[in-house]
Amino acid sequence: MHFLNEHIIPFFNYWIYVIIMMLGLHAMIVKRNLIKKLIGMSIFSTAIILFYVSIGVNNGGDIQGGKPGETHGNIPVIEHELAQEASHDPSTIDHRRYANPLPHVLMLTAIVVGVATLGVGLAVTLRIYRDYDSIEEDEILAKIAAAPARQTDD
Amino acid sequence: MTEHFPVLIVIAPLFGALLCGLFGMRDHRVCLPIALAALGFSLACACGLLIRVADSGPVSYFVGGWKQPRGIGIELRADGINALVLVAIAVVSIIVAVYSHRRAEHDSVSKAPAFYVLFLLLTVGLFGITVTGDAFNLYVMVEVSSLTGYALIAMGSQPRGRFAAFQYIIMGTIGASFYLLGVGYLYLHTGALNMAQIQEILLASSTTAVPLVAFALIMVGLWIKMAFFPLGSWLPNAYTYSPNTTGSILAPLVTKVTVYIMIRIMLSVFTWEWIFQGTSWNQLVVWMSVVAILAGSVMALSQTDLKRMLCCLIIAEVGYMVGGAWLANRWGLVGSVYHILGDAFMTLTLFLAAGIFAKRARIYSIDRLDRMFRRQPLVMSGFAIGALGMIGLPPTCGFFSKWFLIRGGLESGHYEYVIALLISSLVNAVLFFRIFEIAYFGKKPSAGHDSGAHHEEAHDEHPLPHVRVDAHATDLIPLFAAASMVILTGLGSGWISGLIQRTLDEAGVPPAEVTLPGPSASKAP
Repeated sequence: MHFLNEHIIPFFNYWIYVIIMMLGLHAMIVKRNLIKKLIGMSIFSTAIILFYVSIGVNNGGDIQGGKPGETHGNIPVIEHELAQEASHDPSTIDHRRYANPLPHVLMLTAIVVGVATLGVGLAVTLRIYRDYDSIEEDEILAKIAAAPARQTDD
Repeated sequence: MTEHFPVLIVIAPLFGALLCGLFGMRDHRVCLPIALAALGFSLACACGLLIRVADSGPVSYFVGGWKQPRGIGIELRADGINALVLVAIAVVSIIVAVYSHRRAEHDSVSKAPAFYVLFLLLTVGLFGITVTGDAFNLYVMVEVSSLTGYALIAMGSQPRGRFAAFQYIIMGTIGASFYLLGVGYLYLHTGALNMAQIQEILLASSTTAVPLVAFALIMVGLWIKMAFFPLGSWLPNAYTYSPNTTGSILAPLVTKVTVYIMIRIMLSVFTWEWIFQGTSWNQLVVWMSVVAILAGSVMALSQTDLKRMLCCLIIAEVGYMVGGAWLANRWGLVGSVYHILGDAFMTLTLFLAAGIFAKRARIYSIDRLDRMFRRQPLVMSGFAIGALGMIGLPPTCGFFSKWFLIRGGLESGHYEYVIALLISSLVNAVLFFRIFEIAYFGKKPSAGHDSGAHHEEAHDEHPLPHVRVDAHATDLIPLFAAASMVILTGLGSGWISGLIQRTLDEAGVPPAEVTLPGPSASKAP
């Protein structure tokens, strides 16, 4: 129980992200179906997004501008007042009062990158299906071995 | 104007890509001039930046004027090392753009605009990787260059290329995600994304486990991306079965730029002392690079396909560069950076020549290079210059990079690395002199087939072996530009290594004479 309180509960998000990431990695490497590999890839990148979002969360972090004592959960908000506070002297900001918005913003970019990668992956899978009539890696490899492709001159 | 060079280098091809997309759909012939103009502008900016950096030290630029109060602005930073890499990227991409003339349309006219859009976006990614001083921005740029690379490989007419592209997508995503995770841990520890800021905070804080985890994750991610031996199984298929133009831009640049990222992370995020002081893991990495060099060379020996052989040599060359950077010796690092440039031009020359053989004479395998010196004397001599560079003969750049690397290996006492380098040079010599022999004297008819040889040729799929095949100007100009860059980089090695040395001084790398107190010192002579 002590171990649980000490190591598991406070880092719950991080444990979960590692587990999800390993699931995704497993699917990417072990599954023989190309679509399942792409699903694994999606899970893998989602796990990293979870990790980043967990960095930014601050338990008890408040929305700036709310009434004293009134909490709004862990929503990361950067507002005028905070910006002003920062512009005077950044070192005076009390970091415990705010959730960090930057990792969340970074993850917007990472989500876009993930979507783009998934899109390219699906498009390539579609073409592979047209070429080989299959999306099973074993069958494709068997077809490649049966008919070694000659390079073309493009 | 001049102070905006760092951002203009990246922006020019980005706008070029947009224009190609806009106007190329109507008439695909406008794409090439747009691409050349954009890349030419980038080259001019890169040269200007190089001159400025060589004159007056590193240049820092904040995009949009967002200075650094709390790590919000993205900093672009150019020092001696990345100014050189920027020029190399610009030169290689211009050469390949000229080379792509009529090749891009050859496949199908409707794809030509898409090809140029992707090609320019790829260079945007590569320029961005090289010039950025922000760890997260670097991830985005890596993904820009990777995504376009996947699409370019998959665009070819070969089904196998598409399957290779799929495997590359999977491996590339794992690599980039590991890098991203590493940056996440760095951010967790330091609260900064700007490389210089991260370094400042890391140096101030006592070393904990978090930067170590971050460093290991970033390195593994980059090794997957650069095809460092056990992690590089995706490379040979992806590059062999890509269209020739695509192969000629990806093979010289992508792995080399990733090696540059590794060196940048080692120097600018973590420091030389942080990495090498008191730990012995650099021994392990040097041994891994020894294995990579030997494995790449042995794999190359067993290939019959010309392009595939060159791909295996790339794996060996990646081993050179990773090993050189991890020798914990200044000369090794100089050699590693110099080899980024040299290897880019050598690989480019060889891939261009292989592409011309494939297109004009339908030659893919080494055995069919029969009497090539007579049939395509100009193309073959271009190929020969690249090959001599790979073997490491002066005055090509291959000689000087090996000189620096071997000197670094000897001074740091890593004799296993020196031996691997020498074996690899020997293998290169065997490989390329075998090609020269076939190309000069023709293939030796194997025993028992003397009379059958002519008969066999007559029934061959491509009955062209003794016809003189001419190459077009758009083949020869890029090829000779690339070959002359191989020699120019060699002749300019003194200036280039001097610039790299100065940059390393600024980055706090100890001079070669001072051996670090660490495991490597005990082995040093």
